[in-house]
Formats: sequence, structure tokens, C-alpha cells
Amino acid sequence: MFNKEKPFSLQQNLDEFLPATDEEKEYLVQMRPSTTFFKDGVKRLLKNKIATLSLFVIVFITLASIFLPFFWPYAYEAQLGVTAGKPVDASYNNLKPFEYGRTELKAIEAGEKVFPHIFGTDSAGRDYFIRVVYGTRISLAVGFFASIIVLIIGMTVGSISGYFGGKVDLLIMRIVDIIYSLPDMLMVILLSSVLKDTLRPYITGTILANLGSNMISLYVVFGLLYWVSMARLIRGQILSLREQEYVLAARATGAPGGWIIRKHLLPNSISVVIISTALQIPSAIFTESYLSFLGLGVDAPMPSLGSLASDALNGISSYSYRLVIPAIVISLIVLSLNLFGDGLRDAFDPKLNG
Amino acid sequence: MSENTPLLEVKDLKQYFTINTGLLQSKQLKAVDGVSFSINKGETLGLVGESGCGKTTVGRSLLNLYKPTSGQIFYEGKEIKTRNDIKEFRKKATMVFQDPYSSLNPRMTVSYIIGEPLDVHKLYKTKEEREARILELMGYVGLNSEHASRYAHEFSGGQRQRIGIARALAVNPDFIVCDEPVSALDVSIQAQVINMFEELQEKFGLTYLFIAHDLLVVRHISDRIAIMYLGKMVEIADAEEIYNHPLHPYSKSLLSAVPIPDPKIARTNKRIVLSGDIPSPLNAPSGCPFRTRCAYAVERCAETMPEFKEVSTDHFVACHRTSEIN
Ligand SMILES: Nc1ncnc2c1ncn2[C@@H]1O[C@H](COP(=O)(O)OP(=O)(O)OP(=O)(O)O)[C@@H](O)[C@H]1O
Ligand code: SF4
Ligand SMILES: [Mg+2]
Repeated sequence: MFNKEKPFSLQQNLDEFLPATDEEKEYLVQMRPSTTFFKDGVKRLLKNKIATLSLFVIVFITLASIFLPFFWPYAYEAQLGVTAGKPVDASYNNLKPFEYGRTELKAIEAGEKVFPHIFGTDSAGRDYFIRVVYGTRISLAVGFFASIIVLIIGMTVGSISGYFGGKVDLLIMRIVDIIYSLPDMLMVILLSSVLKDTLRPYITGTILANLGSNMISLYVVFGLLYWVSMARLIRGQILSLREQEYVLAARATGAPGGWIIRKHLLPNSISVVIISTALQIPSAIFTESYLSFLGLGVDAPMPSLGSLASDALNGISSYSYRLVIPAIVISLIVLSLNLFGDGLRDAFDPKLNG
Repeated sequence: MSENTPLLEVKDLKQYFTINTGLLQSKQLKAVDGVSFSINKGETLGLVGESGCGKTTVGRSLLNLYKPTSGQIFYEGKEIKTRNDIKEFRKKATMVFQDPYSSLNPRMTVSYIIGEPLDVHKLYKTKEEREARILELMGYVGLNSEHASRYAHEFSGGQRQRIGIARALAVNPDFIVCDEPVSALDVSIQAQVINMFEELQEKFGLTYLFIAHDLLVVRHISDRIAIMYLGKMVEIADAEEIYNHPLHPYSKSLLSAVPIPDPKIARTNKRIVLSGDIPSPLNAPSGCPFRTRCAYAVERCAETMPEFKEVSTDHFVACHRTSEIN
């Protein structure tokens, strides 16, 4: 349109561009297999042998702790020497692994099959193996649910703070700083010893009573204290994602703040969220263990790995395996969760590699 | 709407950003400083200027993506003020972004991206209706239906820009801000995309604010052209008028830099080369913003900001010496 009569001009004539036909377009579109970010990540994760092995260990321990108690002939709280209407049979207390109590020995002589006490029994005559299994279940549950609580609170607060910025952000971040600056071990111990007693009257008679006031105060402690690092992390992510032009594009369509956070910002930070949750679980298990060890954990007779270790302290010289077994299980869980979390991080967020 | 009410009118729009220059120190960056213009229904206003002069910012504050520091925006004669106005305005005015890469969420499929405005404004009743509308929109911009389930990151720049255009068309808007929609694209694709903009305009009776820094592209598509310098409007006129009789010294220099297709004219044409750099908007010169590089600058230029006035019908210029120079 500029220059029809000047054949030597290099100027492009815009009118000469025709829309491409469908075949031409077909030819130009490279047909790559549509791989998503998620599939790529899973592929990378499975290539990582240590992470895969850790995942296997976690799944195995979790499934075992959930299903074994259903099949086990002994209950975790049953004192085997105690039968209604009879005097306490002390021969069941403190059995070594694969030893039997007096009545069981008789039954074996009579030709009956008796299921062995693989790890022996504790000082109250309870089968130790099932107590360890049950304790694992409790510890895992605490770790898992505490992390979920941390995740939900941290994600909500962090994304609000990051997205809205300004004064809201300033206020939230000062609160976070304050909580951060508290010595957390001390706070956990103080809070759980205070909450333990104050909560008790409120929960008696409700379903929560089954959990025990200690367990609930544990969750409250996690909810109050541990969300801060998650909130910080997510805020940082959202802050950087917020500047992306596609967020502006979504705002230009009229999408409200909550929509943008849910549909654009959180999905794009999901890998960070998953990874830090995976790394949060072992830290929660660890905290529960040392609280239980200090006697602030789950209520008796419910065992957790920490309280089992704590109970074992009394007979440490003759029955040291009772301390060693839960300690090994804790280490195994924490180690494999950490290794798996690292694997997740490497697979899904190479940038985070520190 | 009467004949002579413009579709969109911007009055004295200002957009200042606060920049932190150090601990507890901040400065105002006047990205857009008192810009006024209007756009009639069905026309294209080209907005031209050097990089960093505030073109994108005009487009964004116009759509209320940034909250304007001051100024008024009228749409169909009604001022856009309340949240509700803005919400309604979003159904009529959309934007095509400068960068086709960062303006599409890489984790989302094409059909989600194009369908999002439909979802936000609930513009369909059934899933099938949504699907059909998305395919229709993809057809308008020359994408095949099998592209629908693919992710944005799998496409080339030109295709991405088409996706962005389809998204802008989704709500059936009257007005689209096209923010340098082709400058990130390969030259061979630029023409295709520009032709597409023209076809779409004809088909749907669209009104464009077409931002570009390439005068050739703008001349091709615009009815009128506005030229910006350092956050201020320096000249607005009909496209041909600005081409043939640029009045502002800055417009003259811009136009002299445009490659001329005819070598004979090109040889006789004197290129006005600007000396010095464009000043930073953080410390813009007093008076006329262009005075540091203007060959005609006099004392008065440093003292007062020239008024943006109409020198002939629909031809506005901001220069103290318009009549003396020309
Ligand atoms: N969100 C923001 N915060 C602070 N400063 C900004 C912001 N957006 C733009 N600016 C500044 O405002 C000025 C104008 O920027 P703008 O993006 O509008 O320029 P432009 O004309 O679109 O340039 P280009 O041609 O490079 O796209 C620049 O100096 C830029 O640094
Ligand atoms: S007002 Fe003065 S400095 Fe500005 S463009 Fe006109 S002559 Fe040049
Ligand atoms: Mg721009």
C-alpha cells in the first residue's frame, strides 16, 4: 500500500500477506507430545533412587501402622496379665522378645498355637510390638494433620499478605516476625502445659475427648506457632508471581482477588507448597516426640513413639531395646520423609536448590 | 449515544509511581503526567512514543489496572468511578498485552485461558455453550480446535498473541487496548497479526487504542495518531495530517527517522537526529519536557509547560513555538 510502483523497494507490502491456509498452519505447528510440568516432575522424581526408596519406606510404614492393629491378636492397651476376677499375673510383665507368660506356656504345652510377643512386653504386661505400631500410627497422624493445619493457615495468611500487599502485608508480617522471635521450644512447652489443663473441661463428653487434651493442645500449638515459616514462604512466592503479566491479564478480565489467588497464584506455587509440607511432617513428628518424651505428649494409655521412648527410660539398663526400637522408627520416618522431600524439591523446583 | 460523544474520553490522567530510592526515601515517578484524549466509536487511535515514555501505563490506568493518581475516564459519556462502574467497564474494554510470553499463564490450557473471561462474568449457561464459544473465538483468530487442550508454553510467539487476542475478544468488547501487540513478534508475522486486527475491527465494530513505537505499523492501522514524550502528550492529529504536517519538533524528528520507501525522496529528506538521551522520568526537565533535546528551545520553554492546544481542526500540539517554527 505504500509503494506499488517501486519494485526495488525493500518495504514490505502488508496487503500481500494472506492468512495461511489450514494445511499450511498444520505444517507449521510442531506436534510435540503434550507434556505437562507435573508429568515432567514425576518422571524426574522416579529417576531419583533415594527418593523412590524413601517413598517406598514411608508408604510401607504408613500402611503397616494403619492395618496391622486390625489383624494383631493383642490390643495396644491390653495388660495381658490382667483378667477380670483373677489376681494379676505378674509373669506377663517385662517379657523379653519371644518369651511367653505363664498361662501362654501352659497353652503351648497343651498343643495350642500362641502368637509370639515379637518385642516382648512392657512393664505393665502390654505387647510391645503392637504398642510400637500404634505409636507409629499416632506419630504419623500427628505429623500429617499438624502439617495440614500449618499448610492451611500458612497458605491463607501468606497468600493474602502477598497478594494484597501494603498495610495488610505490613501488619501480618510484623505478627509473623514476633512469633518468629519467640524461642519456639520454650513456647511449645509452656503452651502445651498450660493448654493441657485449660482444655480438659471443654472437651470432656465430646468426640474430641477420645483424642485427649494433650493431643489437641499439640495441634493448637502447631496451629499457633508453626504456620509462620509457611506463610513467609508462600508470601514470597505470591509476591514474585503477582508481578507476572498474566495476573494483570486476569485482573483485566475483571477476576476478583480470591479468584486470582486460587486460579493463578497458588497453582503456580504448588510445588513449593507440597515440598515444604512434605518437609513439615518430619519436623512435626519430631516435635511431638520430644513433647511426649517430656511427658507433654499424648495421654496414656495411648502410645506415641516419643512416649514409648520416654517410658523405656525407667528400665534402660535391662531393657535398652525398648528405647532403641521407637528411636529407630522415628529416625527411619524422619529420615525418609526428609529425603523424599528433598527429592520432591529437586524434581519439581530446581530453582529452590540451596 | 449522540454522534459527537466519543466512546472513550480521558481527561488529565496522571499516574505517579512511588519509587523507593533508599532506606525510608522515596521519589515520585511521573509515568503519565496529565494526558487527555478521546477516541470515537469504531476508530483506531495510535499511541506512539519512545520506550519508557508511559504508553503502557496510559493503557493500563485507562482500564483501571493501576489506580490512576488523578484524572477522569469517561466511557460512553459516563464517568468510570465506583467499583461497580469498573466491573461493568471490564465487560466492554479489554486489553491485548505487550509480551505474549508472560501474559499467558504457562500452567493453563488454551481453552482455560480463553474461557476465563467467560467464567469470570458467567457468560454461558451450559458447558457445551462455553466450549462452543471458545472454539468460535479460536476460529476468529485462526487457531485450530485441536489447540484447545494444549498449554500456552507450547506455542510460538505469534500463536500466543492470537490466544491473547481471543481472550480479549471473549466478552464481546467494544474497546480494546492493544499494547504493542506485534513488537515482540517476527516481522513476517507482524503483518499477519495486524491484518487480523483490522479484520476483527471490521467484523465486530471494535474501537482500538493501538500502542506502538513503530510509526509505520501505526500509520497503517490508525485513523488518528497521538505522540507521547516523557509522560506527556505532545501532538494528536489525523494519521495523514501528522504524516504530512507534523508540527511538534519531537514529532518531526520521529517522522524523519521513519524509513522512506522511495529512495529519491529519502535522499532529499533531511533526517533530524536527536542529540542526547531521553531524560529519566524521575527528574523530568522543568517546563517543556522535550526542551533538553529540542533544537528550537528558548528560555520560555524552561519556564512554563506549553499548553496542549488545538491549532487547526482536531490537530492538537503542545509547543510554545508552533507558529514560529512552521
Ligand atoms: N508498576 C510500576 N512501578 C514503578 N514504575 C513503573 C511501573 N510501571 C512503569 N513504570 C515506569 O514508568 C515509566 C513508563 O513505563 P511504560 O511501561 O508505561 O513505558 P512504555 O512507553 O510502555 O515503554 P515500552 O515501549 O518499553 O513498553 C517507565 O519509566 C517505567 O520504569
Ligand atoms: S516548547 Fe520549546 S522546547 Fe518544547 S518543543 Fe516547543 S520549542 Fe521545543
Ligand atoms: Mg510498554
